[in-house]
Amino acid sequence: MSEPQPRPSLIGDSLAQVGALGLFLLSVLAAVPRSLRYFAETVRQVFFVGAMSLVIIMTCGLFIGLVLGLQLYEVLSRFGSTASVGTVVAIALYRELGPVVTALLFAGRAGTSITAEIGLMRATDQLAAMEMMAVDPMAYVVAPRFLAGIVAMPLLASIFNALAIFGAHTVAVTWLGLDNGTFWSNMTGAVDVWTDVMNGVWKSTVFGGVVTLVATYQGYTTAPTSEGVAYATTRTVVSSSILTLAIDFLMTAFLM
Amino acid sequence: MTQRRNHQIGTGLFIVLGFAALGYLATQTTSLANYRQGPTYALKARFTNIGQLKLRAPVKIAGVRIGSVSDIQLEPDRLEALVTLAIDNRYNQLPDDSAASVFTSGLLGDQYVALKPGGSPELFKDGDEIILTQSSVQLEELIGKYLVGSGDTPAKKPAEPESASKQGEKP
Amino acid sequence: MTAVSTTSTDALVSIRGLRTKLGDKVIFDGVELDIPRGSVTAVMGPSGTGKTTLLRHITGQLRPDAGSIVVDGRELATLDRDGLFDLRERIGYLFQNSALLTDFTVFENVAFPLRQHARLPEELIRNIVLPKLQAVGLRGAAELMPAELSGGMARRVALARAIVRDPMLLIYDEPFVGLDPIALNQVLKLIRTLNHTLGLTSIVVAHELAAVSRVADHIYLLAAGKVAAHGAPDQISRGETEWTRQFFGGEADGPVPFHYPARDYAADLGFTQERA
Repeated sequence: MSEPQPRPSLIGDSLAQVGALGLFLLSVLAAVPRSLRYFAETVRQVFFVGAMSLVIIMTCGLFIGLVLGLQLYEVLSRFGSTASVGTVVAIALYRELGPVVTALLFAGRAGTSITAEIGLMRATDQLAAMEMMAVDPMAYVVAPRFLAGIVAMPLLASIFNALAIFGAHTVAVTWLGLDNGTFWSNMTGAVDVWTDVMNGVWKSTVFGGVVTLVATYQGYTTAPTSEGVAYATTRTVVSSSILTLAIDFLMTAFLM
Repeated sequence: MTQRRNHQIGTGLFIVLGFAALGYLATQTTSLANYRQGPTYALKARFTNIGQLKLRAPVKIAGVRIGSVSDIQLEPDRLEALVTLAIDNRYNQLPDDSAASVFTSGLLGDQYVALKPGGSPELFKDGDEIILTQSSVQLEELIGKYLVGSGDTPAKKPAEPESASKQGEKP
Repeated sequence: MTAVSTTSTDALVSIRGLRTKLGDKVIFDGVELDIPRGSVTAVMGPSGTGKTTLLRHITGQLRPDAGSIVVDGRELATLDRDGLFDLRERIGYLFQNSALLTDFTVFENVAFPLRQHARLPEELIRNIVLPKLQAVGLRGAAELMPAELSGGMARRVALARAIVRDPMLLIYDEPFVGLDPIALNQVLKLIRTLNHTLGLTSIVVAHELAAVSRVADHIYLLAAGKVAAHGAPDQISRGETEWTRQFFGGEADGPVPFHYPARDYAADLGFTQERA
């Protein structure tokens, strides 16, 4: 309900935010079993956060692949190892770029719309109306979006990666004349399913949860004014991007 | 409700597309692709040094992949590396005097096993051993050799690919 | 019909000694209030006296600092979340701004409470929803989206949604705000007829005396955290407390000051040396 307060200190403020987010996560998790009866709603949300993000994810994936192909071909040719273009592209994508870039795009595309939507539902009393109709908004509104994020993100990241590989292949093989067999055999020789591909999948699953958690939290707790919704939307992008990158570092450092 | 139905169809398509992408990445761009299993048969080869050769490294003839390294062990009595190669059954026409060498792709790339076909009318059968082998070229030893100016071990003499190929073609 | 009494009292809602503070502001300071079954009771008062807060107390969305609130014989403070949800399933609530779910058609909005609480065959849902829409005169608008409705129509849809589960208690939060005279008459007529035909109990929060007098059996006037006056409409509007005089007589100044508390005017304009 509160307007952005004058912040006491950056650290204290961030800690309070993380704490509030943690509590919110607990209540979302508690609502997940109850949200299973709204399965159709979760399916609908997978459509909105997932399928509706496809265009931006695919376009960006393709361009990232093209750029990676160009840059790496140039740099690796200095060492006479252009044969490794495919390998480096694939490993960089699977382990880092795919999950992280997809998460950042997802925050901008789906996260903001989740925040604005829930914020407006708050502002127009739709959440209160649900409460009054004995429908728990945590189970009906928040949890389905959270689950949809967790389901959609790894799939989006995989589609992103596939297009980026295609882009890199186009540049390195079709334009710059690297041997097709070399490109693939080096890649298949060096990339491992579990340590590379699946690591990326786990990461993006976590990121999907992080972004939708932040987005729903910001929407749910927004001040019910147009200013409040605008502020919450900005905050979604900023907080979820920072949180995604921080968690990425922690996961890479300690889990992989 | 048609709208709800459209959402369900869209979601279904999205999930199928996503899993297709993931399946493609996992099976076609990783080492899983190297298990692309037709049936294989096994050949053995002994090397005094295999360098950085790893399991599942490719086996090639004339640069074309025909199989992979399926096992690497140290023979306790002779203290040599015993490498088992799984060769695709399609390539069952290999002369039994073909030679195996451990090469590096590029200057710093991964190592692989290259086969040089011989001229014998007899063909390799499952479980046969490749007699003619040539170990991995160790960069440090090469440098050392040129600095000192002497080939210290006879085994290193045919280290250059040229001589190996001549050796293979002569018989 | 759930309106049939299960308790000995004839009050569906009864509030005793209600005290509430929001932040530093005292909202209620000893409110005593009874809503008789089967009647239309209006709660009136100047803006900011916590009329909506009172409704949130009655529906258990907000817990009081002290006092008891008994709805249909059950003390709200003793109910857990499931108990509250059970209770709310029997309360219809009409929001000030209608609060229709913007993703759904009119029909789906009205069907929403049904779909969420029971798996009913589609045909049965139609047979429940369409008569409610007919009752508010909007059966023809069933397939419109909320964005296509006027304010008055949206409020009538919200009313259809509030009664779709045949509640025992129907709460109207500011139902007359922003309606043109035609829509206002329609809503007034609906409140009356619904109350009689469905035999339910209604609470109307509003501050339009003319409109309220036409529907309410009983009026409570809230002011300064207390019940300032209550009684039948004609008797309360002739009441002689200074609150009723200002509220119903429409005087600009009185117990509710015209001026927001401020520093001395002359000092503010810089005519004297007085410091705040």
